[in-house]
Amino acid sequence: MRFLAIARAAALLTALVPVAATAAIFDPTTYQLANGMQVVVVENHRAPIVSHMVWYKVGAADEPTGKSGIAHFLEHLMFKGTPNIAPGEFSKIVARNGGRDNAFTSSDYTAYFQNIAADRLEMVMRMEADRMHNLTLDDAHVRSELKVVQEERSSRTDNNPSALLHERMEAALYLTHPYRRPVIGWPAELAGLTREDALAFYRRWYAPNNAILIVAGDVVPEQVKALADKYYAPLKPETLEPRIRAAEPPQAGARRIELKDARVRQPSWMRQHVAPSYAGATDKTQPYALQILAEILGGGATSRLYKSLVVEQGLAASAGAWYEAEALDWASFGISASPRPGISMDKLEAALLAEIARVAKDGVTAPEVTRAQARLKAGVTFARDSLHTAARVLGEALTTGQSVADVEAWPERIAAVTPEQVSAAARAVLDERASVTGLLLPAQQETRR
Amino acid sequence: MIRRLLVVLALLTAWPAYAVTVERVVSPGGIEAWLVQDHSNPILAVEIAFAGGAAIEAKSGTAHMMSALLDEGAGPYDSQAFQGKLDDLAISLGFDAGKDRLRGHLKTLTEHRDTAFDLLRLAMTQARFNKEPVERIRGQILAGLAREQQSPEAQASKAWYRAAFPDHPYGRPLKGDVASIKAITTAELKAFAKTWMTREGMVIGVAGDITPAELGPLLDRTFAALPARHPPINVPEAAAAGGRTELVTLDNPQSVAMFGSAGIKRDDPDWWPAYVVNYILGGGGFSSRLTEEVREKRGLAYSVYSYLMPFDRGGIIIGGVATENARINTSLDLIKAEWHRMAEQGPTETELANAKTYLTGSFPLSLDSTAAIAGLMVTMQTDKLGLDYLERRSAFIEAVTLADTRRAAKRLLDADALTIVVAGRPTP
Repeated sequence: MRFLAIARAAALLTALVPVAATAAIFDPTTYQLANGMQVVVVENHRAPIVSHMVWYKVGAADEPTGKSGIAHFLEHLMFKGTPNIAPGEFSKIVARNGGRDNAFTSSDYTAYFQNIAADRLEMVMRMEADRMHNLTLDDAHVRSELKVVQEERSSRTDNNPSALLHERMEAALYLTHPYRRPVIGWPAELAGLTREDALAFYRRWYAPNNAILIVAGDVVPEQVKALADKYYAPLKPETLEPRIRAAEPPQAGARRIELKDARVRQPSWMRQHVAPSYAGATDKTQPYALQILAEILGGGATSRLYKSLVVEQGLAASAGAWYEAEALDWASFGISASPRPGISMDKLEAALLAEIARVAKDGVTAPEVTRAQARLKAGVTFARDSLHTAARVLGEALTTGQSVADVEAWPERIAAVTPEQVSAAARAVLDERASVTGLLLPAQQETRR
Repeated sequence: MIRRLLVVLALLTAWPAYAVTVERVVSPGGIEAWLVQDHSNPILAVEIAFAGGAAIEAKSGTAHMMSALLDEGAGPYDSQAFQGKLDDLAISLGFDAGKDRLRGHLKTLTEHRDTAFDLLRLAMTQARFNKEPVERIRGQILAGLAREQQSPEAQASKAWYRAAFPDHPYGRPLKGDVASIKAITTAELKAFAKTWMTREGMVIGVAGDITPAELGPLLDRTFAALPARHPPINVPEAAAAGGRTELVTLDNPQSVAMFGSAGIKRDDPDWWPAYVVNYILGGGGFSSRLTEEVREKRGLAYSVYSYLMPFDRGGIIIGGVATENARINTSLDLIKAEWHRMAEQGPTETELANAKTYLTGSFPLSLDSTAAIAGLMVTMQTDKLGLDYLERRSAFIEAVTLADTRRAAKRLLDADALTIVVAGRPTP
């Protein structure tokens, strides 16, 4: 994002948001324009505001080799003008009309949004449709914005040893699949990105038949249709080349990264397993079972890991688990903990591994599953509270291989999961050979004998 | 008259008529809450503020540690039983401490409303402070303090408050320090809870799926058991010390800087002109002068910003920027130059007009969630904005003149008075 979080690079942060918040029944209207652009409308008439988003089915995992960071860099450059809108003016026009705008990039998608008064929808549509085809870039703006992105990388990653470890773990988790690439880009590749790289990526991927329009808020579908027909329908579809994602070979051995850094004051332990995503799963029920598993292991103060490691054994200051099913190819299942002051990492790790082994061997109980299902179900009602949540959930689903029907069926699919399915999913996914373990440790002072 | 008014509205605001009805609900027992009803979704949110926060604590971090323990066992429930009830019913309940106030937050589905209010009551009046949770939370706070040492933003912020308020409780870290956290006793935590969570100065905001008739009895049941009064609050007035510079050496590639000086309080007659000036200077994201000069023109930072922070005993204006070590001083020089330029000349007519359309037009965007509306109901009471504030807010902003902004800018902004902290390894 130009100001906010990069979705995939910030997986650790988003993991703290309840899994349930990522799905709900929004009752959307959906259809396709003749040029292939999908349109989704979610009505919410609480306030006269609207969230207008365009999602492109392209992200960092689609970048050419050696050009890591170009998807996100282009996202920044999309604010640098067209023949109709001067460089930097886009956001200022939105603000002058009482709106807020931004954009964000993940491995699988790139999205642009404006939150604004419902009667300004036409204006932001006109501007968003304009920059889908008419971006003009001059070298001075590109060079200056590259520095902004380099500063962004420093803020997010290089200034933060914990983020640095996470970046290296992702790179180790996937042997060849491009999810190993950080969305913000590797420093040396980022430094070499040019105007031509950005324009080539733009021409290849930014087209109505590779985009999804989502409008949530105080609108009716007919009104959105009329505006979409006027501004998006005339855009010419492009011939899209297929997305080429290297096939990940079977995982055969555990990896371990110990990042020792003099800046570290609070150590932490983390393990990530390659896991099936909604789109990539062979057994389509497994991603739902894994959401319940993550809730049982790491969902709050009564979860297994917190109760055992933090409360009962008193070894950890924090402990949790997360799983994000929204990905075009692979997802990951994560477990993390941080020691209480005075507790050694070895002791903490042994206790964590015992809990992981226990759930892989003995599975989960029926009451645990029932409790987790009830909590996840309640999240649906909370997710409906905000119109931005609806737009975000639907956009993420539709750019990671799911359908509107899949999103709407989430509560019943969660409710249908059995304890046996959760236990089987735990056995299948909590396999050390398909994992990376990362330790964040303080750098030890060298001592002479 | 009416026609003229309509024309003016259409010209100046981006918004059609938009009504949020704020109701003042007084329970049979005399407890007051401000309510915005919304029955479109079966949830509700409650926000509470108590007078007295970290500024009145004897040991730094007491208020924060106490608020982290209120939901860790209360009444008949130990910590796991209490948290289990919250988890199973998807009730979210929590407390936190600010410098001037403690705040509580409750969010629940309508079907679990009674239990939710009951758990809130137990947390406020019968928190147990058992040994296990006390030591666990102490360990978590200590781990959090260690993690803050890895964060240049946290380091810069703590150092800034220390430098600006060397002899005032506002200068102390909210979460305490290692020595104070280790020294806080259970008796002190209990005493803080009992002394400062009282009905005197308490304000309550509610939003969502509940009627005044339903809310009234719940208010009595939930809040009547709190003590009526708290001791006098003896926090002195605070004027942020200006013109200091400090370096926190951190081995990072990028330096994080915080800069700020004395500001104004929320009830200052110049509040709205100052608010507009800050928006134009550094509050307005991509539209602000600081972003234009530092980010857009020169690529010196990803983020640069400023904001007004009105504490009860004195306000501040504060901002931040992060730039690679070799260029951080360039960023700071530009920021000082913009500070100076705004103080000398104020905004332009166009900037003022643009600020007005944004600040009036964007306000409803911030009312996107039930919890946000409950929070606003509390702020309207603590800041004494009045029950009709939402109807009057746009008019306050529209009334700001160019002369007002120039006066406020001159009064508020003094580049030489900035206290600046840099966390990193800046090269001169």
